[in-house]
Amino acid sequence: MATTDFATQPVPQVLAHEVHKERQKARWIDWVTTTDHKKIGILYIVFTFGFFLVGGIEALLIRLQLATPNNNFLTPEHYNELFTLHGTTMIFLFVVPIMAGFANYFLPLMLGARDMAFPRLNALSFWLLAFGGIVFYASLLWQPPEAGWFSYTPLSNEMFTPSGGQDAWIFLIHITGISSLVGAVNFYATIVNMRAPGMGWGRLPLFAWTILIYALLLILALPVIAGAVTMLLTDRHFGTHFFDPTEGGSPILWQHLFWFFGHPEVYIMILPGFGIISEILPVFARKPIFGYKAIAASTAVIAFLAALVWAHHMFAVPVPTVVLGFFMLSSFLIAVPTGVKIFNWIATLWRGSIVTASPLYFAVGFISIFVIGGITGIFLAVFPVDWQLTDTYFVVAHFHYVLMGGAVFTIFAGLYYWYPKMTGRLCNETLAKVSFWWMFVGFNMTFLVQHAAGLSGMPRRIYQYPGDAGWTLYNQISTVGSFVLGVGILISLVNFIRSYKNGAIAGPDPWKGNTLEWFTTSPPPVNNFDEVPRVRSVEPMKDIRRQVERQSGIEHETATTPHANA
Amino acid sequence: MGRIRAALRPETASIRRRAVAALLLATIGSLVFASGAFADFLTPESGGSPNADQIDSLYKIVLYIAIVVFIVVEGALFYSIWRFRAKKGAVAAQIHGNTRLEISWTVGAALILVALAAVTFSKLSSIQDPPNSGKDGLQLADGVLTASTDMPKPPNGKSLTICVTGRQYIWRYTYGAECQRNAFGLVYSYEEMVVPANTTVVLDIQATDVIHSWWIPKLGGKFDAVPGYRNYTWFKAPKAGETYRGQCAELCGRNHADMTARVRVVTPQAYEAWVDQQRSDIADADREVQQLREQLTRDGDLN
Repeated sequence: MATTDFATQPVPQVLAHEVHKERQKARWIDWVTTTDHKKIGILYIVFTFGFFLVGGIEALLIRLQLATPNNNFLTPEHYNELFTLHGTTMIFLFVVPIMAGFANYFLPLMLGARDMAFPRLNALSFWLLAFGGIVFYASLLWQPPEAGWFSYTPLSNEMFTPSGGQDAWIFLIHITGISSLVGAVNFYATIVNMRAPGMGWGRLPLFAWTILIYALLLILALPVIAGAVTMLLTDRHFGTHFFDPTEGGSPILWQHLFWFFGHPEVYIMILPGFGIISEILPVFARKPIFGYKAIAASTAVIAFLAALVWAHHMFAVPVPTVVLGFFMLSSFLIAVPTGVKIFNWIATLWRGSIVTASPLYFAVGFISIFVIGGITGIFLAVFPVDWQLTDTYFVVAHFHYVLMGGAVFTIFAGLYYWYPKMTGRLCNETLAKVSFWWMFVGFNMTFLVQHAAGLSGMPRRIYQYPGDAGWTLYNQISTVGSFVLGVGILISLVNFIRSYKNGAIAGPDPWKGNTLEWFTTSPPPVNNFDEVPRVRSVEPMKDIRRQVERQSGIEHETATTPHANA
Repeated sequence: MGRIRAALRPETASIRRRAVAALLLATIGSLVFASGAFADFLTPESGGSPNADQIDSLYKIVLYIAIVVFIVVEGALFYSIWRFRAKKGAVAAQIHGNTRLEISWTVGAALILVALAAVTFSKLSSIQDPPNSGKDGLQLADGVLTASTDMPKPPNGKSLTICVTGRQYIWRYTYGAECQRNAFGLVYSYEEMVVPANTTVVLDIQATDVIHSWWIPKLGGKFDAVPGYRNYTWFKAPKAGETYRGQCAELCGRNHADMTARVRVVTPQAYEAWVDQQRSDIADADREVQQLREQLTRDGDLN
């Protein structure tokens, strides 16, 4: 590095520069054929956000149907199709792949790499996802699936669900599964092999840690679901009887296989979100992350335990008490590393100098929501209590607190945090905060009362309820809340679209970030960095800024003082 | 401890004192409120059977702990957001962590969960194991043979067995322990189950097509009816004259929402009368069907 360059530059000198070359291809061909991790990342994020909106509309239709007792707005058939589509879309076409989108864009940048380990495999994994999603939604033109997102057998067998929609669902699981598997191998290879000089495991950004664990969990869990849906496919069409009790098969086998995948899937969805939060909090608290090692280690512990808790989804099926006890205790255990993360995040804010920008709003909103989801998880882990709560709206409320809180709020935090890097422009902060409050209030309005509906006996997945059951008020509050939530999301969508053209120019490092993606221009050039700096801590950008200050003699406003180092 | 306090010390002691006081007050206040008038929207349904009541009280223990954890964690979160907001001249403390603190909150969280597990296991038998029927319950014969060793039995072995069979989209109840081997000739009913008060009723839950889930909220938890498997639960309803409602709790197809169930509790005498009436009604209906069949066969409409 030419040290004299820094003398006139109070902010870090950006070493990467745009590689100019004549555009040979039409713009759309460029997007379709790209192997650039950043473009693939954008494709992932835009495509999956589209599915988020579709899944959201499905949710609003469900809420409209439940707004009044004995409503006939939807037929039972359409109602079942809608909740199946909603669940499947949000999980397989939104949360899991948008995390892959963030990882695609930011992992190489954070690691100081020029691309992913296998750029063409990377393009393959996006296009598999795209085709999987499109074919799945093509079933709308015929008959969508209607056996729920976990498609319990025998209901999903051909005898009870003859429509091709169920096969479209199987196809989706297969194709998005291969997509995620290919992506996971790619992330793993990238993290293991392509870190900047000096970036040992103890200096790996926490987001990269969570993506590493996310990749391992995907590699562990996806083959199991791939096997299970293949068995379901052969049961449906080729005369096997894996899940058919009349021919010696077992419906409970499906549940074991599904949830052996399904519970790690929950952590696949939220661990990258934890990573995003672990990046955002120290930046906006102007303080190092509290307990880096504890947070990284708890991620690994969560992943290990995630493979041991699957049967807590099955407390009401005939299983021996010793099994119930084991899965209660393992589910309790997983609360410990999760709690450790939350305590460390709060300790990161403690005695900080907190800059209340939009990413921080969503990050803190996430923690406050996720705490509730975690606590209600303990209720459900106590299996005798679960006998009352399972398959009711209490569970619906619980997993929306976990997944809306743990995934959607972190995704919005990540979108607001990284939008300037991806587009080169800042979002409108006022709109962002207005959107946050609509989302936060709407979310809690929608789902808090659902706990009460479940406790007073309302099962999930019923398309109608009688007026005398005492559930009407809860459902009305919930429906109004869902539209408030929808407005909040729309405000953010408008913000993202408007800021793309009109936002203030962000510059390379608008937030005073800690990690290497802020070292390059916004948006970064094709090759990311001309020169990758040597990494000397978990916050390389702080080191670079400090070096700039030392060499230039210009004190930066956010200069860190060597103070109270405990 | 000194290091912990140094690491997390707010600027002045008075703020800390006030915060602790506010936190304590909020905790105590909500506990008093909670135990005083526990509105039903905060707890599961109960009141129809001892196992439902025990689940309810176990739930309340979890709820008390949860409220404290909730207030402490959310309190710490919002306090730190409010207290450590960026101000002019404020400098963030450059703390990287504290091993003792990490160990203490890990152990603390684990201890709470150990306590919860202990409470759960201590309450388990009152939820899983049926008691004897009351003195004024239905008088039952001794030692009825059961089809399975998993089946819960009251200490004296006397219980009324009812087989519950789920199918799209109706519940069928077959009365008497013989239902587990051969339901032929036994009294049965659909949708509404009639049971004698203060009598231990053991349910043998099965399904013939897809998975259903048996659930009457006031009579205890859910038990899935899985084709090819048997699942068991029990209840003991104390009062005659009550009717408890519930419905299938596992998605079983398009009319899942309409698969309702009722349990009507009557006196043992009324129960025996009902069984006799039902038996003769079923016999009458069978006879009428038989006559109709003969009639149709004679007329050549049925062959």
